[in-house]
Amino acid sequence: MTKPRTMLEIAGLEKSFGEVQVLKSIDLKVQEGELVFVIGPSGSGKSTMLRCCNRLEEPTSGSIFIDGQRITDIPHRDLDRMRLKVGMVFQGFNLYPQMSVLKNVMLAQVKALKRSKAEAEARALEMLDQVGLKHKAGAMPAELSGGQQQRVAIARALALDPQVMLFDEPTSALDPELVGSVLKVMKGLREKGMTMLVVSHEMQFAREAADRVVFMDQGYVAEQGTPEEIFGAPKSERLKTFLSRVSHGDVEAEAD
Amino acid sequence: MDTFIQTFFNIDIMMQAFPLLMKGAVMTLKLCAVVILCGLTGGLMLALAALSPRRFLRWSAIGFIDLFRALPPLVLLVFVYSGLPFAGIRLAPFWAVVIAFFLNNSAYFAEVFRAGINAVPKGQTEAARATGLSGPQTLIHVVLPQAIRNVLPDLLSNTVEVVKLTSLASVVSLSELLYNANMARSVTYNSSPLVLAAGMYLVLLWPLVRVVSRYQRGLSSSH
Repeated sequence: MTKPRTMLEIAGLEKSFGEVQVLKSIDLKVQEGELVFVIGPSGSGKSTMLRCCNRLEEPTSGSIFIDGQRITDIPHRDLDRMRLKVGMVFQGFNLYPQMSVLKNVMLAQVKALKRSKAEAEARALEMLDQVGLKHKAGAMPAELSGGQQQRVAIARALALDPQVMLFDEPTSALDPELVGSVLKVMKGLREKGMTMLVVSHEMQFAREAADRVVFMDQGYVAEQGTPEEIFGAPKSERLKTFLSRVSHGDVEAEAD
Repeated sequence: MDTFIQTFFNIDIMMQAFPLLMKGAVMTLKLCAVVILCGLTGGLMLALAALSPRRFLRWSAIGFIDLFRALPPLVLLVFVYSGLPFAGIRLAPFWAVVIAFFLNNSAYFAEVFRAGINAVPKGQTEAARATGLSGPQTLIHVVLPQAIRNVLPDLLSNTVEVVKLTSLASVVSLSELLYNANMARSVTYNSSPLVLAAGMYLVLLWPLVRVVSRYQRGLSSSH
């Protein structure tokens, strides 16, 4: 067996907004093909950490490596090229409302990757097929349900052939009956060997699909392990408290 | 009653004055085209500068916008046409008007564009940048199309204002529609040319005004 390749590595990451230190020292590794789940109370810095991984947020200090390349010190003019390797899916989908679904998935392929229109369209249709929405290629985003919009957003990111996918609460804005379709797509991705870092409150999904679960609290990684370890035998008091609150359904209220 | 019709709706005089007024209308349209094109371009640049993270650029743009929105356009025009020659800058009436109204209009268009760009959710930019689009690409393909759609009625109604504004050019004896109509009035000792000019402004602007108000109604009913 070959040594697993580290696709994403976060080392000593700190982030402050003004006086407030949101991330106090984060160390985290994601191996190739791994699905790592990040859980924790809101305000614990989960999303900020994720957003540092493609430098939508500028880290205050520390390093982040994508496939061995340190991305925390590359100059601004090279950020765009780096971001092609890191797909990101947002809580609010953020599809471009003025473009068809197909155009949404084609735009960055043509403008950032410089693919030909024909190539980009073929790739877009392939990705839409993968998320089960090829038949909606001609639709406008507003005509789709939230779950469908999120799947298009996943296709839009995948079409650029990223090495890592970041998911920032991908199902938090969805009606409960639409969550399943998005999770199914994410499961499919994992089977294809995509490396994924997921911030989410879907504990059931974490149990079923995650390779590892990371518990963040107050700007630190407080605990990490397999889903069995984290959910079955939590060590820290804070994780125990968090899990019991989640099981009582409090976390959604808190996230609002 | 007859005198009233003779004074304001004298068909013969209107017919006589018509070619001159048409000439004026063409000048008015030419002026509008130049002022609107310059205003839109300048306004967009100013709006982008006013939203820039660079402090100096941002404050310069905001200062410019505030200054030229506060100055009455007629004051600007008289200053550019009659004031600047004292500094050795003598401009033809047409260019004096273009410059004065460009300054005034780009400031107005800038505010409209700025509101439109601000109304585009931040997530749109983040999604675009996260897929590797550059800042300018994000602006051109993602932000501006939405921003312009957001403020289309305001852009149109500002355009209506520009057309009306150009009548001020008569003050610097630019032979646009109002100037020519007033000239015809003084030659014929009759107000009918002015009525005809008013009618021509109406024909020019009424469809635009209609479009704006339909658009605004459409927007409010869809919300």
